[in-house]
Amino acid sequence: MMVLLAVTAFAAADDFRGRMATVGPGEFHSVIPEGKKDAVIDIPVFQLDQRPVTNGEFLDFTNANPQWQRSNAVRLFVDASYLSHWETAIELGPDVDAEQPLINVSWFAATAYCEAHGARLPRWYEWEFAAAADKTHADARDDPLWRQQILNWYATPGSKALSLVGQRAENFYGIQDLHGLVWEWVADYNALLVADDNREQGGADKLKFCGAGAISMERKEDYAVLMRVAMLSSLEAAYTTQNLGFRCAADLSEGSQ
Amino acid sequence: MKARYVYAVVFVMAVSISASAYASELPETSIYHLQVELTDQHGTTQSLDTYRGHPVVLSMFYATCPYVCPVLISTIQRMERKLSADERAKLRVILVSVDPETDTPEVLSQVAAKHRIDLDRWQLARATPQDVRKIAAVLGVKYRKLPDGEFSHTSILTLVDADGVVRAHSAKIPGIDDSFFQAISGIMMPAYDQK
Repeated sequence: MMVLLAVTAFAAADDFRGRMATVGPGEFHSVIPEGKKDAVIDIPVFQLDQRPVTNGEFLDFTNANPQWQRSNAVRLFVDASYLSHWETAIELGPDVDAEQPLINVSWFAATAYCEAHGARLPRWYEWEFAAAADKTHADARDDPLWRQQILNWYATPGSKALSLVGQRAENFYGIQDLHGLVWEWVADYNALLVADDNREQGGADKLKFCGAGAISMERKEDYAVLMRVAMLSSLEAAYTTQNLGFRCAADLSEGSQ
Repeated sequence: MKARYVYAVVFVMAVSISASAYASELPETSIYHLQVELTDQHGTTQSLDTYRGHPVVLSMFYATCPYVCPVLISTIQRMERKLSADERAKLRVILVSVDPETDTPEVLSQVAAKHRIDLDRWQLARATPQDVRKIAAVLGVKYRKLPDGEFSHTSILTLVDADGVVRAHSAKIPGIDDSFFQAISGIMMPAYDQK
């Protein structure tokens, strides 16, 4: 399917690749470790868009793939507010800047966009790994000042117009806007189950989750990131919201280097 | 028979995640808008709408699951036994594996044999990891792989009608969820059949 979709990719596919940064390989402790609390997560090398996908980029996509225009996209894949901030199905209008991050986009639409570019959505661990970096450190999460900066964003009112992408400093990998602009979809948004390890306990929960749980929240001081996990796990794939966007990722071996 | 003809046309046109060319043929919320490839226990590749025209119960599982998945299968079988023979003949079941790496057609075939699954009406299937995520997204199933190779997943049954529109969900296993069962038998009513 990815191959078929890639056929519809744009001439600009190479430029798109050029805007990805290489991240990893590495290992780290996630806020939602696998298995044991202190389990180390291995991150194979991957590529991640330097910036979130913008209105302008997504408009190019919907122009080339009209089945994803808001007037055509089927309700299975998008809810009623999909791309609702654009003036029409084919124009952004005067109030929307092409360089603002795209919002009001569903997981299905975001997935289709990335696939059309021969890419995919990042997995949660990849996103979290890349987002742990500050300007100079791959993992800045133990720096209270840096954590406070991130939290300050959550404290700013959501009613202000979104700033343009690429206005903030590049992180360790040359990636921007992982924090401070919009929430972002991940490929496995529906994998972030949060439950205590209850495989030993039996009972009703054991029936709800086959091989149940084994997920717990760790690194409680990272509550900005934990808020993301909670938010993402509450979503359905057709949902769209006015502060949720995305960026794409790719395996390094898939594309040009 | 018209439905079968439409299905054949649709199959040929199934080339992208949302083949809008035939979107008008299907209700907007039909899960059959999702274009994914399922490989069944015989190794045959089909699209998600392989049973279009029938009411279908869908769920997700994995073959090496020790406890819940066998219960999931037997719950559906018990529900089937409560239907009349005519009703049962109309119903179809698709179980999609969340563990495509392990669940080859051979493994799925063994599961079918072990549980005496009626393969004229049931399909055990695998898909690429990307497609499995999409199917889970459509069915509202959450799953993740655990370090010990097992999978944590929600056991949800979904009932879709002849056009792939979701009519009921059930997270109640074991035991038969009355409202889910009512939805299945409701969908079999003659009035619905003539549609």
